[in-house]
Amino acid sequence: MSDIADRVKKIVVEHLGVEEDKVGNSASFIDDLGADSLDTVELVMAFEEEFGIEIPDDAAENIQTFGDAVKFIEDAQ
Amino acid sequence: MFDLTGKTALVTGASGGIGGEIARALHGAGATVALSGTREGPLEELAAALGERAHVVPCDLSDAAAVDALPKRASEAMGGLGILVNNAGITRDGLFMRMSDEDWQQVLDVNLTATMRLCRASLRGMMKARWGRIVNVGSVVGSIGNPGQANYAAAKAGLSGLTKSIAHEVAPRGVTANMVAPGFITTAMTDKLTEDQRAGLLERVPTGRMGEAREVAGAVLYLASPEAAYVTGATLHVNGGMAML
Repeated sequence: MSDIADRVKKIVVEHLGVEEDKVGNSASFIDDLGADSLDTVELVMAFEEEFGIEIPDDAAENIQTFGDAVKFIEDAQ
Repeated sequence: MFDLTGKTALVTGASGGIGGEIARALHGAGATVALSGTREGPLEELAAALGERAHVVPCDLSDAAAVDALPKRASEAMGGLGILVNNAGITRDGLFMRMSDEDWQQVLDVNLTATMRLCRASLRGMMKARWGRIVNVGSVVGSIGNPGQANYAAAKAGLSGLTKSIAHEVAPRGVTANMVAPGFITTAMTDKLTEDQRAGLLERVPTGRMGEAREVAGAVLYLASPEAAYVTGATLHVNGGMAML
């Protein structure tokens, strides 16, 4: 697993209080990991800070799973 | 009671009568304050009078980009932003049938849209901190209307819906959003009224007098305090009983 994926996973685990092994590529923040819409906004804020990037609102809407987040951040680096 | 030691507060319209008193009240309770307004002179004077823990961050609220950037500037100056008081407002009074698009738009831009922008840009830090206070200063005319103030009343009524919606969304994160709605308050603006106008106004106020700016500031201080954690989406009317809502 890439360094980026590790850091994203750490944020998700800490923020949503879920087990690390639940955070697979296809895991949906809302449907599988128990996030509400406010949590997803906060996750995106946390990703922005961790990686020093800007995630525009329209892109943020498409980040629904752990895999989506990792891919977006990898592409943005 | 109402100890704001260690808290940071941005007050817009701090060069005006009510905004100045709000800044004094928050500062007096121990908060660090960022004073915003268009006129830098009065802001500097107020900051000098307050002494430590006071910063000046001038801003033209009709400039959208400047408004978006203001919370960050305030936060950098103070080392955080936990309390946002949207007090600034303008009037462009006139009979509604003759109201120009420009007078409508200017009042909506400054009184409603700038407040929306400041709330939006301030919430990120509050959400992270799991603590925040938004206090929007409305007006009694937002609830009961006023001849000659269709634009102002519409903007202030709009603030009410904005405040309540924000309150819903951020409540789980320890952030509250409330309104203070003043009635007739003694300010430089009301000093221009004639005796007849003043007497006419006071007939509508059971208390029989105009309110003082510090009486508005007290309401803001309460809503900004840790004691008001369970109060959100509320409007605190400070109007001497002229409208019991």
